[in-house]
Formats: sequence, C-alpha cells, structure tokens
Amino acid sequence: MDYVYVFITGGIICVIGQLLMDGTKLTPAHVLVLFVTLGAVLTGLGIYEPIVDFGKSGATVPLPGFGYSLAKGAIEGVKSDGLLGAFSGGIEATAPGVAAAVVFGYAIAVIFSPKTKK
Amino acid sequence: MSQKKNRMNQKYNYYVNNVAPKPKYISNCIKAFFTGGTVCIIGFILQKWIQSKGLDQKTASSIVIMILIFSAQFLTGLGVFDDIVKFAGAGLIVPITGFANSIVSPAMEYKKEGIVLGVGAKLFSLAGPVLVWGFSASVIIGIIYAIIT
Repeated sequence: MDYVYVFITGGIICVIGQLLMDGTKLTPAHVLVLFVTLGAVLTGLGIYEPIVDFGKSGATVPLPGFGYSLAKGAIEGVKSDGLLGAFSGGIEATAPGVAAAVVFGYAIAVIFSPKTKK
Repeated sequence: MSQKKNRMNQKYNYYVNNVAPKPKYISNCIKAFFTGGTVCIIGFILQKWIQSKGLDQKTASSIVIMILIFSAQFLTGLGVFDDIVKFAGAGLIVPITGFANSIVSPAMEYKKEGIVLGVGAKLFSLAGPVLVWGFSASVIIGIIYAIIT
C-alpha cells in the first residue's frame, strides 16, 4: 500500500510543478527555487512532516523534500547546538546530496560534450 | 494617436494569443504525474533495499538521493535526459533529478571557457539560486525556532 501513497504524493507534487510551468510565466529554474523554499517553509510551519509520513519517498525525492531536509536539519541543529545549529544543521543534513551533485556534476560536465542539436 | 496605438496593441495581442502554442494542460499533467510518481517509486524501492542491508533510514535516504542525482547527471551527459524531459516535463524537473540536471547542462555548454572557470562557475548558474534560497530559508527557520523555544 505504501507504494500507492508514494506514487500519488510524488505525482501530485510534479503536477503542481507542471501547472506552474504551463499556466504561469515561471521558468523551470524558478520552479526549482520556489519548491525548495516552499518545502523549507512548510517544514518550519509543521505542515510538511505529515506529508512525509504519508508519502515517504514521494515527498522526499521531489525538491520540496530538499527544503524539508534543510529545515528539519536546522531545527534539529538548534535542539542540539543552540543558535550555531541554525547555521550548520540544514547544510549538514543535505551535505551528501549537494556534494554528490557538485562532484559528479563536475566530472560529467568535463567528460561529456553537449550533443549537437539536429 | 494614442487611441490608434492602443487599437494596434490590442490587435497585436489578439494575434499573438491566437498564434502562440497553447500548452496541453491535461496531457502534460498526466505525463508529469506518472513520470514523477515513477521516479519517487524508484527512490522508494532503492530506499527499502538499502535499509534491508541494515543501514538506518537517514543514511539510506542520503544514498538514494546520491544515486538519483548521479543517474540524472549521467543521462544528461549522454544527452538522453533532455529527450525524456520533452515527454515528462515537470515529472523529471520537480524531483531531485531536475536539480541534478540543472547543474550539468549549463556547465557542459561552457566547457570552451575552460574547465576551471568555465565549467566551475556554470555548475552553479541554476543550482546557485536554489542553494542560496534553500540555505537562507533553513537558517532563518532555525533562528526563528531558536527564538521561540
């Protein structure tokens, strides 16, 4: 049953993104920024946590999930280290993903050349 | 004079609205729903499989995100990702795969400007705003939380 919830949650989040891209003048880059920020804000307000409990990977794999990890990390950082944790927590929590994205991304950009457009 | 200009503008807008391709809302949304759902299911299956090897949930989800990022970037390198996005739309842009793609594709285009400054800088031309906004939001949320508690 979990699989159904994951599929539906992930699907709905992507449909919202699609509607924003088709229906407004937002570019994909704007949608990325908006979704990460929105995920962080909703987590801060305590709204995103129940969505993650319901949708599991369906809520953590899309970009609001990145914002969720950031905000959750910051809140947990404050709990353990006080005010310093507000700065370190979110970035610590997302460090593996960000570092992987930068290192793999750099390697691939250097190795491959853009496909010539036909 | 200004009335004439107004009329011309109106005519022009009418013409543009008629000629500009209208997005196919429903079919785009269905495609986004199914591809987005599929990406999340792949993530979920990977997550379960890694957790069954005895790793805790937090480590497992970090590894899942890394695998998804690498796969998306590798497909971008091969030039396949853009072809899939033409079909999938937001179904691949909204998941973490879109973030991964946004790092590689501008960097690849600017390789002729050198692999230190060209590729190094362009890696962040789209990812930069995402990280700036995401990090700022998380720090502000952390500070507000520290003040409240």
